[in-house]
Amino acid sequence: MRVVIAEDLVLLRDGMVRMLTAYGFEVVAAVDDGATLADTLVSLRPDVAVVDVRLPPTFTDEGLRAAIAARRAVPGLPVLILSQYVEQVYARELLGDRAGGVGYLLKDRVGEVREFTEAVRQVAGGGTVMDPDVVAQLLGGGRSAQLATLTQREREVLGVMAEGRSNAAIASRLVITEKAVSKHINSILTKLDLPPSDDDHRRVLAVLAYLGA
Amino acid sequence: MTRALRDVRHMLASTGLGLAALGLLLLTVFALILCVLPPVGGPALSNIARLARRLADRQRRRVEPAIPSPYTADPVRIRDVLLDPTFWRDTAWLLVYGPAGLAAAFVWALWPSGLQGLVTPILYRLLPASADLTFQALPITSPTRSYIAVGMGAVVLVAAYFLPRWYRLGEARLSRWLLSPTAAARLNARVEQLVETRTAAVDASAAELRRIERDLHDGAQARLVALTMNLGMAEDMFDTDPATAKAMLADARAGAHSAISELRDLVRGIHPPMLADRGLAGAAEALAASSPVPVELDVRLDRRLSAPVESAAYFVLAEALANAIKHAGAAHIGMSVVDESVHIRLRVRDDGRGGADARKGTGLRGIERRLAAFDGTVTVTSPPGGPTQIEAVLPCGS
Repeated sequence: MRVVIAEDLVLLRDGMVRMLTAYGFEVVAAVDDGATLADTLVSLRPDVAVVDVRLPPTFTDEGLRAAIAARRAVPGLPVLILSQYVEQVYARELLGDRAGGVGYLLKDRVGEVREFTEAVRQVAGGGTVMDPDVVAQLLGGGRSAQLATLTQREREVLGVMAEGRSNAAIASRLVITEKAVSKHINSILTKLDLPPSDDDHRRVLAVLAYLGA
Repeated sequence: MTRALRDVRHMLASTGLGLAALGLLLLTVFALILCVLPPVGGPALSNIARLARRLADRQRRRVEPAIPSPYTADPVRIRDVLLDPTFWRDTAWLLVYGPAGLAAAFVWALWPSGLQGLVTPILYRLLPASADLTFQALPITSPTRSYIAVGMGAVVLVAAYFLPRWYRLGEARLSRWLLSPTAAARLNARVEQLVETRTAAVDASAAELRRIERDLHDGAQARLVALTMNLGMAEDMFDTDPATAKAMLADARAGAHSAISELRDLVRGIHPPMLADRGLAGAAEALAASSPVPVELDVRLDRRLSAPVESAAYFVLAEALANAIKHAGAAHIGMSVVDESVHIRLRVRDDGRGGADARKGTGLRGIERRLAAFDGTVTVTSPPGGPTQIEAVLPCGS
């Protein structure tokens, strides 16, 4: 699987190249600024890009903007954004084109090596991966009227679902049966007036859209 | 003798200024009349008002102690000029100082006159009788009279020596009366200065916050992320590839050390522990001790200052010392901290290459901005070739 990495700090860039290589990815380019990133993504068309939000020259959201620009040129180009902070606005912008194949994770998640590499694969496969912190923030803010109608268990299921997990993964995380999970999900989608769907990715997008991302 | 010379020079300048004042007064009147035709009168008036300001400022600098300049905005439109009280005060000064300045001519003219008195007997003998020699309204018609003129000349010289002092005192009083900023103007100027320094202080602290955020983001935070990456991989390989896992753990430990020391440096930069524990004196010692270039330290301070003052003073010392080490190529540095009760005087000297310029170095600008918030001042003397001295005076409210 061909990966492009964008990270300005040498220490992290090298670490990430080493780690992804060790886990069977082929790092085709490792860049350190936004302009180069956008060009590289369009010319190399990797299977997935792992991008630090904050890149030179502005050190604000250069990485995110370069990724969004690249996705405009290459629709659906899978991008996993890494950030030192959870920022709802970034998540919303990333999900804006509804094309899927996006992820938004806190930088510290790279330490959970297996989960992280799994997330990279998921995004490359067109899935949507949201950091639990992002989801928690989204769940915490706004839309309280309808969210309040959810039971405690349903809220838990919603949270894990928004992270991009499949029914099986949700079941094992919450230690319930898969059948119970799908029952909860149906109930959630109904309560939130969302169209039912079997596709993990569409389901996540719908939930996130509802949550205001 | 030098004093007499200085006085004569001053009197001559006063005469010149008096002439200029009269000229400008005429021009002012002329421009005011021209104001019935605003397109012509406007520019004329504002230009003449500017000239009057320059002349008045010149006078402000001549008197001792110097009078601060009261001007705020540049006079552009007729309205600005006519509504500006300083314009009317300047004009009043032109009116009064014109004759007063010209009067100085009578004072310095006493010197040639007195000297003429002294040489009257010689003149009497040399000149033909038809020359009608007089001295200070005394017709010199006999040798006796010429000797009287010598006595009178001596008296005139004594007057020429002493009168300028009285003249200068009077001149200073007159100028202070008309040229001093009014209470309102002084208040205005102070408010303006406070706004400026407050903005600088806010900017400085915002820049400081940005620096800290950047240091954390690029430093400790990044190291910790890299560390978790190493730990994660080590954990994953623990069973399958113990050798690699072990190498990664070693990497992780080194990373943790770096993160700790980076955090320590950052904390020291924000508020040095020595400053908190021992005050400025102790922190200055610590600075001197940690310098790679030998520092001769002279601390005459045995009390604690308020925390903001201590912190600003420390910043000045640290910055100036860092400059000397980094840019000056100095072999020897002198650093002193002297308590002068109402303020504290900081001095950092080095024998390096000199040529430090506050406009170029951000470090010196930083010092200026930091001190401005405390009404402190910094003076940099750094001729090319050195030595460089940075002296800061920081009020500390005794």
